[in-house]
Amino acid sequence: MTVTAVRKDPQRLTLTVEAEFDASVERIWQLWADPRKLERWWGPPTYPATFTKHDLASGSRTEYHMTGSGGDQPHGYWDVLEVEPPRRILLRDCCDNPDGTPRPINTIRVGIEEVAQGRTRMSIEIVFPSAKAMVQALAMGTDEGLSQAVSQIDAILAEETIRR
Amino acid sequence: MVVSVQIAPPDSDRVFAALADHTRRDIVRRAISAEEGVLELASHYPMSFAAVQKHVAVLERAGLITKQRIGRRRVVRTSLQALLVARRLLDQYEDLWRARIDRMSELIAETGGAVDTMEIKESKR
Repeated sequence: MTVTAVRKDPQRLTLTVEAEFDASVERIWQLWADPRKLERWWGPPTYPATFTKHDLASGSRTEYHMTGSGGDQPHGYWDVLEVEPPRRILLRDCCDNPDGTPRPINTIRVGIEEVAQGRTRMSIEIVFPSAKAMVQALAMGTDEGLSQAVSQIDAILAEETIRR
Repeated sequence: MVVSVQIAPPDSDRVFAALADHTRRDIVRRAISAEEGVLELASHYPMSFAAVQKHVAVLERAGLITKQRIGRRRVVRTSLQALLVARRLLDQYEDLWRARIDRMSELIAETGGAVDTMEIKESKR
């Protein structure tokens, strides 16, 4: 199994995912550093991502957009805060408010380390500023994200009824 | 965690019908920030103001958006967050990242395979 650990902290709005790959540190790094590789995994095939500007360096800005099957193209960008090739990335994923001010979606911290010869662990820690930002993240991550979020409504309302 | 539900409980058929349309999904996405009125929302789509107004009405009936007065303006706001519990969102975000990691693995396997193929070609020479 590729994913080896998942931790969720609803109070801190944090998700941590660890995965191991039979590949070198350099090849895992390239999944993040090479925009053509990045766009093959960031969005699902039904909601592909296009990275129009990507130079993974501290202080740089990455620009991308998703393409929905209806042709809608929400735009997002990363403010790349810290980079230490080929082991560490700290970035803030954002999109723009209609007035042009930035709206942070989350902060993503990536760590890449060799655990054995030819085996590499990647850890990803994602911190959300608010529950609202999580809704935004789902909307920007998958075309079906919002439908899935809403499919929980019945269950949540049922819980509400029990509480009353 | 106590969630205050301020709107009428959504009819799930209406909710799913409302979200089956891309423009409406996009309106819900934009209205998360609750910054725009119907007129401003309409400017994003290659359709008439009346058509966008109809989409907004469908979403409003489904309980997915509300119109809220901010000063003199009426902005469209997604009403999802009142219903969403952080834990459930984290579950979904976990699924999103698991899918991303699956794609990474496929990519690694594929590029590994490409190298092997090249090596086979080399050895055949």
